[in-house]
Amino acid sequence: MQYTLLIILLPLISFIVLGFLDSNLKPKVAGAIGATVLGIITVLSYYTAFEYFTYHQIAGVYEKVIPLHVEWVRFTEFLHIDLGILLDPISVMMLVVITTVSFMVNIYSLAYMEGEKGFQRYYAFLSLFTFSMLGLVIATNIFQMYIFWELVGVSSYLLIGFYYTKPSAVAAAKKAFIVTRFADLGFLVGILFLSFYTKTFDFGVLTSGDASVFASTAGVSFMGISGMSWAMGLIFIGGAGKSAMFPLHIWLPDAMEGPTPVSALIHAATMVVAGVFLVARLFPVYEVYAPEVLHGIAYVGAFTALFAAVIACVQTDIKRVLAFSTISQIGFMMVGLGVSGYGGHEGLGYMASMFHLFTHAMFKALLFLGAGSVIHSIHNNELNHMGGLRKYLPITNITFLIACLAIAGIPPFSGFFSKDEILSACYKFSPYMGATMTFIAGLTAFYMFRLYYGIFWGKEHKHAHTPHESKFAMAFPLVFLAAFTVFAGWIPFGHFVTSDRANYDIHLDYTVAGISVAIAVLSIILATIMYRKESVVPQKLASCFSGLFKAASHRFYIDEIYIFITKRIIFKHVSTPIAWLDRHVIDATMNGLASTTQWTSVKIKDFQSGQVQQYAYVFLLGTLLIAGLVLFF
Amino acid sequence: MDILNNMLSGQVPIEAYLGVSLIMFFAGIYGFLSRKNLLMILVSIELMLNAADINFVVFNRYLYPGQMEGFFFALFAIAIAACETAVAIAIIINIYRNLTSVEVGELDEMKE
Repeated sequence: MQYTLLIILLPLISFIVLGFLDSNLKPKVAGAIGATVLGIITVLSYYTAFEYFTYHQIAGVYEKVIPLHVEWVRFTEFLHIDLGILLDPISVMMLVVITTVSFMVNIYSLAYMEGEKGFQRYYAFLSLFTFSMLGLVIATNIFQMYIFWELVGVSSYLLIGFYYTKPSAVAAAKKAFIVTRFADLGFLVGILFLSFYTKTFDFGVLTSGDASVFASTAGVSFMGISGMSWAMGLIFIGGAGKSAMFPLHIWLPDAMEGPTPVSALIHAATMVVAGVFLVARLFPVYEVYAPEVLHGIAYVGAFTALFAAVIACVQTDIKRVLAFSTISQIGFMMVGLGVSGYGGHEGLGYMASMFHLFTHAMFKALLFLGAGSVIHSIHNNELNHMGGLRKYLPITNITFLIACLAIAGIPPFSGFFSKDEILSACYKFSPYMGATMTFIAGLTAFYMFRLYYGIFWGKEHKHAHTPHESKFAMAFPLVFLAAFTVFAGWIPFGHFVTSDRANYDIHLDYTVAGISVAIAVLSIILATIMYRKESVVPQKLASCFSGLFKAASHRFYIDEIYIFITKRIIFKHVSTPIAWLDRHVIDATMNGLASTTQWTSVKIKDFQSGQVQQYAYVFLLGTLLIAGLVLFF
Repeated sequence: MDILNNMLSGQVPIEAYLGVSLIMFFAGIYGFLSRKNLLMILVSIELMLNAADINFVVFNRYLYPGQMEGFFFALFAIAIAACETAVAIAIIINIYRNLTSVEVGELDEMKE
């Protein structure tokens, strides 16, 4: 399956070509190149998935295929960084997800970004992002993953800051980059920690279940926590940064400053699930050697899911609602992984988490593209400028409704199946966890329908010009993804992606499914009562719980806390003294050296007078001096 | 009085030759440092060279009688001094043509 290399290389070539030619290309040509390349690699990925899942199964277990493997840098006898391609169920699934969403976004952007300044640059960055993300998922070792991990961060930074003349976009881009970079420090330290003891970076070796690899970690502990827990916990911090887990989630809502298709691709479907993918990739290690970290991941995920869902209920910017919804759903995936065991029925959570990743990518991209379509037609993000748009945007309305039903967990849409599996896994882990997650699922249904009714129903707002349905290039991705959302749930996912790569039949747990559907339907009815027509209930509720409402609208003041810690504590009491030291000690030493040299040279420059006799005189004196020294000492 | 006696009886001691060459050499140094005219500086240099030549000859004659290296060295030095003088005179003439002066104090243009 050597052709999988093309899947990686084509976007890179496309990035280089678009990047170098830039404005020498007509926007249409640039868009065509970007979309065509994505089309080709989408087909290739589908073919890869088909070939992999058909021919690479031995006795019911999918094998790991490594079509390409090059040693790149060798450090020690054991430790070397390789580059290669690793195909296993999760990476093949990610290839399909990334190329599909990226292809759709490329097509969508042809219309959405039409006439924007820097259209070619936009397409170059999209290709760069696709290249990095694909490289991340097919990485054979943790270091290769780290390299692409950073590349993904850079392309995200570039795309958030695409409107670089807008100060808020620049600030958001910097915020996203700094927060994730800060988390990646934990990731790097974790990698070094892990590789120091295991003497390998290779995923194949790490996840092979061979206990001798981890033999040297036995008995290693630091501050009362075992060495492996430290390593895996630090690696998870990297994943938490990219996947916007509390308290590192602050960058994601601001990242909505980027163009909407970018939000759909990077900040909903692909990059933000990199953390989930990382945990899934190292899952056997977490499960056996750091189970308490895995449980920690479950609790962090659950808290984040709840926290973000509550905030999503009161936000008024539609993209921010979707952003918090994304954070909440990623929380679901993390919980799925956290509560999972390894193999067979125990590995339900793992399978469910990957399933949810797959379906969520599709319907969340659909939601964002739908929101983009709305924003494109009325040029505003705010919920209170919308209402009654269903007459003007019929396609957007229907597809958005499908996505909302999917995320709310209504059968037969895809979200129902994946979310239900996660809930079953949670109930198996502990009833409290299951109940909490069911409650959050209800909240999800509520805030999504609040958004839906807010945009498409309710009181009509006056617009500068009549809103119009989007062009074909924007409508097609909506319909395509909606089709995916409707049918993806019926994929027998357990036959493809499981924790031990063996076949496993999913059985719906009808009690869990019944409860969650009932709660979702109740929430939707509640949202319908409150938001379908103009009503005083939301206002009353808001004034009733004014404290909670205010805190949630301010996103529980997390950003303010960050600002306080950085500006008031770190900048004031750490950075300022260091800056003083830098200026008055280090710089002063350097300046002192320079000025001493200058002073000396001014003093001695008169020796070079050009007067030959003076030179000869000095020479003579020197000779006499040396002669005297030789003679008398 | 031994030296005087020896000199009178035709035996010239080595110190006498060295004394002459010493005086010539320091006269040369003094002239080189104090004269302002390029030609006079050149003469001073010649004076120093000749002092050195005398030393060569004298040391050969007194310390290694029967050998010829010192004499030959002196001959080479005289030949080279002649060439060098020719070149120096040429340079001085060119300087005179350009500056209409052969004062050494004015020749500090090339310090930078």
